[in-house]
Amino acid sequence: MSRTNWFSVQTELSSQAKTVLGVFSFILPILVWSIVSYVPVVWHPLVQITDPGSVSYLQVDMRMPRGPFEDAVAEAQAEGQAPPEGFPANPVYLPAPHEVAEALYTAFVTPPPSKDMPWLHQSLWHSIQVIFWGFFLSSAIGVPLGVLCGAYAPISRLTEPFVEFFRYLPAPAFGALAVAILGIYDGPKIAIIFIGTFFQQVLIIANTTRKLDGALAEAALTLGAGNLQLLTRVVVPGVLPDLYRDLRILLGWAWTYLIVAELIGTTSGITWFITQQARYQHFENVYAAIIIIGIIGLGTDLVLGMLARRFFPWDRNGK
Amino acid sequence: MNPEKALPSYLDQSDAVRERFERLKERPKILEVKGLDKVFETPKGETVALKDIHFDTHRREFLCVVGPSGCGKSTLIRILAGLDAQTGGEVLLEGKPVRGPGKDRGMVFQGYTLFPWLSVKRNVMFGLTVNGMGFQEAERQALQWLALIGLEKFADAYPHQLSGGMKQRVAIARALANQPRILLMDEPFGALDAQTRARMQAHLLEIWRKIDITIVFITHDLDEAIYLADRVLVLKAHPGEVQELIEVPVPHPRKMEQFISDEFLATKARLEELIYAHEEKEEGESEEEYDYPDMPRLVEVDDSVD
Ligand SMILES: Nc1ncnc2c1ncn2[C@@H]1O[C@H](COP(=O)(O)OP(=O)(O)O)[C@@H](O)[C@H]1O
Ligand SMILES: [Mg+2]
Repeated sequence: MSRTNWFSVQTELSSQAKTVLGVFSFILPILVWSIVSYVPVVWHPLVQITDPGSVSYLQVDMRMPRGPFEDAVAEAQAEGQAPPEGFPANPVYLPAPHEVAEALYTAFVTPPPSKDMPWLHQSLWHSIQVIFWGFFLSSAIGVPLGVLCGAYAPISRLTEPFVEFFRYLPAPAFGALAVAILGIYDGPKIAIIFIGTFFQQVLIIANTTRKLDGALAEAALTLGAGNLQLLTRVVVPGVLPDLYRDLRILLGWAWTYLIVAELIGTTSGITWFITQQARYQHFENVYAAIIIIGIIGLGTDLVLGMLARRFFPWDRNGK
Repeated sequence: MNPEKALPSYLDQSDAVRERFERLKERPKILEVKGLDKVFETPKGETVALKDIHFDTHRREFLCVVGPSGCGKSTLIRILAGLDAQTGGEVLLEGKPVRGPGKDRGMVFQGYTLFPWLSVKRNVMFGLTVNGMGFQEAERQALQWLALIGLEKFADAYPHQLSGGMKQRVAIARALANQPRILLMDEPFGALDAQTRARMQAHLLEIWRKIDITIVFITHDLDEAIYLADRVLVLKAHPGEVQELIEVPVPHPRKMEQFISDEFLATKARLEELIYAHEEKEEGESEEEYDYPDMPRLVEVDDSVD
């Protein structure tokens, strides 16, 4: 086996090294989280009560700061009464990995507390639909417009300055307006995802299109291609793998607008689940839901990446 | 070889060569370039890239264009292709003025301009299908062209799987598939290694012999120009002007062994004279002028490479 120099600039890693490092990129944060959760000397600023003893204001499972707890113990012992008992704990907003893992499982198998509430997978499915429609509508207009801007300078000058301005406006700021126009259900949520994606999309796709090697267009011209053919048979196929990569990145951004979008009008989808659980301080469920979003996002991207290799076998930048 | 032995003049032609040129000039003129000017407007002022260029090319002629770098060779061929517009004069292809690019003029560029998303076969079919030919007929013809350049086996490969030489062969086939009247080539073998380049040159001559095509070929390699060309158009720089249109006295068919023949060396001597004499005269104003700095010695005195 050859020795790898890990820190030479811009050197490709072997695929084995890539896999190992990729796995470690997940293991490391989980390891940190586990140490903070399971090693009592690390952090653990609170005490979780197992037995209130003689102290009337304490209850089982209550968490209190360590200082006052020790005071209460000392006080009880001084008075010759039963001292309270407890063990070092982290705040309730930092559940341990196994609690979250358990919650991840139970969230899917536990029926909702009342019949008219959705199951977790139904909430998720609703979120996915909102993302899908927001992203789909944005792409249906944004991709062709971006390609046209990239291909034709007049269209670019007519479009991009305004788009450039609009992309600085925070999408959630349009929430109230969207509700007024589109009602309180999915309409305004889809609109927020759309606004958050569309303007970036036009600019990114236009830039990608502009990067097409001009020599290819010239070669096509000398072969007798007309203007429309240049667009459909050179520009579009030439930039397609890069457009696809752009869309993958933009889809990730669309997810980041999801929570804000779902808070608009009637709270729905995974956001409804998260806010409900947070209200009852079931933070392990909150973490579980957040992790599910990450898994769905990463999973979609991995699948899209695999499809890319199949769609664009000539593309050597593909990963 | 004895360097003292006087070379014949590059103007001396054997009877066979003279007859050949007479036949060549009887053929109709395919390309006429009349008083061509090209001025680039740049923020730093005007650059005269081409000034009053005149020349004709006859059917099935192989014309090479040589000249120092920056003399306007690429500019000239881009105007012939219709990719750039001249600022004065005109270009006639079979008597009709050239306006914009068209399938009657094929072009091969120095960089590899195959469409990376199309297989080799589809690349060759591109020109045929954009001009309205049906898929099956285009495919049949593309395969014939691939056979001509010896790459049938790579019909379904993508360009990135080919070597540089193979890519340029496909680019030639792609341009020829449209059956253009004239093939324009801008330093097409410039990026290839010496061995591949020699093979490509022989290959191109072979193709040229087999089909009815007129070739305008740009190069800065004088050996390449003499080996390939019937006539060599010599340009000078700043502004780009025609210095001489030389009839190459080396007989056909061309072979590698002719590189050391008297006619070849005489022609090369003439080309060098034209190109380098001019470069020296211009040196004072040339941007490429380079003063060697006074370099200090950084090794021990007794450690000399000479
Ligand atoms: N697009 C352009 N804009 C301005 N000047 C140019 C442009 N293209 C070429 N030139 C100038 O025209 C001259 C000829 O260039 P070119 O035809 O590329 O030379 P060659 O191919 O012989 O090396 C050069 O001085 C170059 O700087
Ligand atoms: Mg050039």
